[in-house]
Amino acid sequence: MFQQLKKSILARLEKGLPICERPYLKMAEEIGCDEQYLMNFIQQQQNDQFIRRFGVIVQHRKLGYTANAMVVWDIKDEQIDAVGHLLAHQDVVTLCYQRPRVLPYWPYNLFTMIHGKNRDDVERKILSIRQKHHLQGPFDVLFSTRCFSQNGAKYFSSKLSMEVEFKHVK
Amino acid sequence: MSELDQTIHDLSNFDLQLLDQYQRNFPLCERPFKFIAESFDVTENRVIERYKFLEKQGYISRIGVVLDPAQIGASTLAAVHVESSMLDSVAYQISLLDGVNHNYQREHFYNLWFVITAPNQHTLQEVIKNAEKITHTRVLSLPMIKRFHIDLGFKLCSSN
Repeated sequence: MFQQLKKSILARLEKGLPICERPYLKMAEEIGCDEQYLMNFIQQQQNDQFIRRFGVIVQHRKLGYTANAMVVWDIKDEQIDAVGHLLAHQDVVTLCYQRPRVLPYWPYNLFTMIHGKNRDDVERKILSIRQKHHLQGPFDVLFSTRCFSQNGAKYFSSKLSMEVEFKHVK
Repeated sequence: MSELDQTIHDLSNFDLQLLDQYQRNFPLCERPFKFIAESFDVTENRVIERYKFLEKQGYISRIGVVLDPAQIGASTLAAVHVESSMLDSVAYQISLLDGVNHNYQREHFYNLWFVITAPNQHTLQEVIKNAEKITHTRVLSLPMIKRFHIDLGFKLCSSN
């Protein structure tokens, strides 16, 4: 029962908060739960880090940040935690993930995203990070040239939502 | 002033603050827009009107949640090499697959990159197979092993 209600709430949340005087009340009425319950639920899920972030989700392209590069690095396995944390804390880095190498096709194991107002802006930021932190290993810069779709991930408001599996992580 | 700077220029400083300051920990109270209004010393109506404008104009996609992909379903970052003459049609077909989002052309031998999210691992593998049918090539699947960043949103009013 709780799982079902959780899925209904998340499905509604994925569509975004209504912009009106009592948005939680409106949303709760649509879901069929209590306003206070809904607010507590969102708070609890944030505490549990299931909701990573709750707030305004901006379209950075529309705001003039049209250049974006995925910068990928080949970092020695024993250094990946240190370098990963280092890059994650740079102001200009918005995402920083470890992903697998797929040899011989793909040698890079650390992925960062850097946004800028134009290509030069992004290139300057990359150079500055590399110099400042003496990153001399192999890397590559993959500028995006076209965006075919940029939607947030929708787990609960898609037609497959009832099959969603929750995982327990520490 | 470039066209892009102009875009930002069309927004008031107040609009930028509304975009910048509430990307996380959106107020959880009965009247959140009133709460925000009080912090700026403006009326609740003014805040609601500006957020409606920003959403309608596409500056914000929504006031909503970002979930932790590690705790839910299955997801991966996928990459394929597509011949340039085929790219438009392939990208279009890939975007239509259920669960595909953030589909980008990038400058690399692997020139099409997209994120797949699925309710579970089985469905994820099905989507990858469907993508391989469309592209007639192997899809590189690069699922997240570890996340290092904290999602703070997208800083607009920074000094850099």
